[in-house]
Amino acid sequence: MNIHEYQAKDILRREGVPIPPGEIATTPAQVEQIARRIGGMVVVKAQVHAGGRGKAGGVKLAKTPAEAADVAKKILGMHIKGLVVEKVLVTAAADIETEAYVGIIIDRASKRAVFMVSPAGGIDIEEVAVTDPHKIMRLPVDPRYGLQPFEAMRMGFFLYGDIAKARAAARIMQQLYRAFIDSGASLAEINPLVTTPDDEVIAVDAKMVIDDNELDRRPDIAALRDESAEETSELQARRANLTFIKLEGNVGCIVNGAGLAMATMDLVKYYGGEPANFLDIGGSSNPEKVVNALRIITADPEVKAILFNIFGGITRTDDVANGIVTATRQNPLTVPLVIRLTGTNEDAALEILAEHGFAATRDMDDAVQKVVALAKGGAK
Amino acid sequence: MSIYIDKSSRVLIQGITGRDGSFHARQMREYGTAVVAGVTPGKGGQKFDGEVPIFNTVADAVEETKANVSVIYVPPPFAADAMMEAAAAGVKLIVCITEGVPVLDMTRVYPFVKEHGARLIGPNCPGLITPGESKVGIIPGGICVPGSVGVVSRSGTLTYEVVDQLTRAGIGQSTCVGIGGDPINGTSFIDVLEAFENDPKTRAIAMMGEIGGTDEQEAARFVHDRMKKPVIGFIAGQTAPPGRRMGHAGAIISGSAGTAAEKLEAFEKAGMGIARRPKDFVELLKARL
Repeated sequence: MNIHEYQAKDILRREGVPIPPGEIATTPAQVEQIARRIGGMVVVKAQVHAGGRGKAGGVKLAKTPAEAADVAKKILGMHIKGLVVEKVLVTAAADIETEAYVGIIIDRASKRAVFMVSPAGGIDIEEVAVTDPHKIMRLPVDPRYGLQPFEAMRMGFFLYGDIAKARAAARIMQQLYRAFIDSGASLAEINPLVTTPDDEVIAVDAKMVIDDNELDRRPDIAALRDESAEETSELQARRANLTFIKLEGNVGCIVNGAGLAMATMDLVKYYGGEPANFLDIGGSSNPEKVVNALRIITADPEVKAILFNIFGGITRTDDVANGIVTATRQNPLTVPLVIRLTGTNEDAALEILAEHGFAATRDMDDAVQKVVALAKGGAK
Repeated sequence: MSIYIDKSSRVLIQGITGRDGSFHARQMREYGTAVVAGVTPGKGGQKFDGEVPIFNTVADAVEETKANVSVIYVPPPFAADAMMEAAAAGVKLIVCITEGVPVLDMTRVYPFVKEHGARLIGPNCPGLITPGESKVGIIPGGICVPGSVGVVSRSGTLTYEVVDQLTRAGIGQSTCVGIGGDPINGTSFIDVLEAFENDPKTRAIAMMGEIGGTDEQEAARFVHDRMKKPVIGFIAGQTAPPGRRMGHAGAIISGSAGTAAEKLEAFEKAGMGIARRPKDFVELLKARL
């Protein structure tokens, strides 16, 4: 789960990370009031779950409260990567001397949380990794002991030559690590971590991604979810306990299991079609899930044909067949449907479908070729 | 021969009285797996289906029944503890089916299990099966037949798809292992490939990977440097959009983007056969058996 910059900053502030004061606003008038309260130069920053906000014009400096209201008018309501900006963070502008990067991620190879720090901050860290790999220091943390002070100091000295700044940075790394662990994060970044002309070390931007599997046991973190920041069909899918990702194509895909779902999309492409989505109905065979899946897929006007690809293991294919019958009775389909079912209870499933006038195949390649042809307006 | 499990495997089930645990306990017993014990705290002394003794702790179960394999069906918040409990009790093969285990839990479980000398398969995996001998987990037994192809995969239903196509084409399997799709899991492709290389019954291997991480690339290097047996590879997610399933920060650490194209290229360099579609496994394996 993504959380907004202002939410990540709230979490880090509670751990003691020095961050310039800021408040959240939804109207230009509020922005003006906040800018006046803060005093001096402010930054108005779009709060959306998309990278590249600055490049898209979603981050602007303002010298006066009136100017802050002006830039807020432009940013609020603007579209960044398909998402509408509904909130802005108004924060005191820092006087920046140097910019560094500090991040923690889960590393699959070392199977640990790993710190990544670089004195070349402020820009995309991936670029640094390509152009200046020696400017990145990586430090895996042993989960049994946590981040040790000497480790934090090593990273502090990697960023700054002087002891006072290295100490300040080391303290911030300890605080970031605590926030990472206590929030159940899979990523936590401060980019940039800046130094000011007064030799302060402060965090100017923050980003955190929470492991979805942590949300059940961390209701306070789960409450940070901003549903208005999610794509509508993906939000509906999540509420229905389905994993859904919208794509650009026109072949709707409903599959059980993530691996098979990806393989199905790939096969659609292999036979010359374009998948409209990734949709995994998961391991259970609750007919309700099938109904919800069909509702989400048919709401996309781009979808010209729909493919069910179900391999019944735990999933009972007769349950899926019942789901298809129920769903199409509630909302008759306007696009052709191709059904591929095999595995647990497939004879019963094929019988249920035949009774209601649906054809089904057992072969995945046949089904995919057929649905691709239908999506292109080919023969039924 | 086979890898990890065979007729002599003595299996205990953690969470045997739960909805999933009880369903799959029956499926495993029906298949012929020697299910010797169950563990559900508070139900020690009872019997599952009137036959399988239930214990309060894994330590009790191991002491009484000499179980040497544990399969875990407990809910996600308790899965980390269940894996560690099994390792501490001396179980040498631990299979965690549970989906949704927090990844930070796995950063603690992984070193713990290693230190106790146990092998962990999963979490979030379908388990494994040695056709005709033993099934530990949820892979449907009916789609497998004994044979000489080793199968290893990061996913569940995609494994079933490929195994089913192999079986229909008359190609049997030595052992099928689902290693799970989580970022941190106990057993890697390389672990399983090495076991297949050393298993006299296995003559060729079908390997199904996915986008994300570098496990497949490392496995390809292993195939090239250390294996004599033919390996056919497949990667799911060639059409998946970047940045949706894995954070880019992960790609930096591994020095790789984890795309399907990159993985397929690694397979090619290693001289592996490449299945572009699941059905391609059939012809590619036939040519090598």
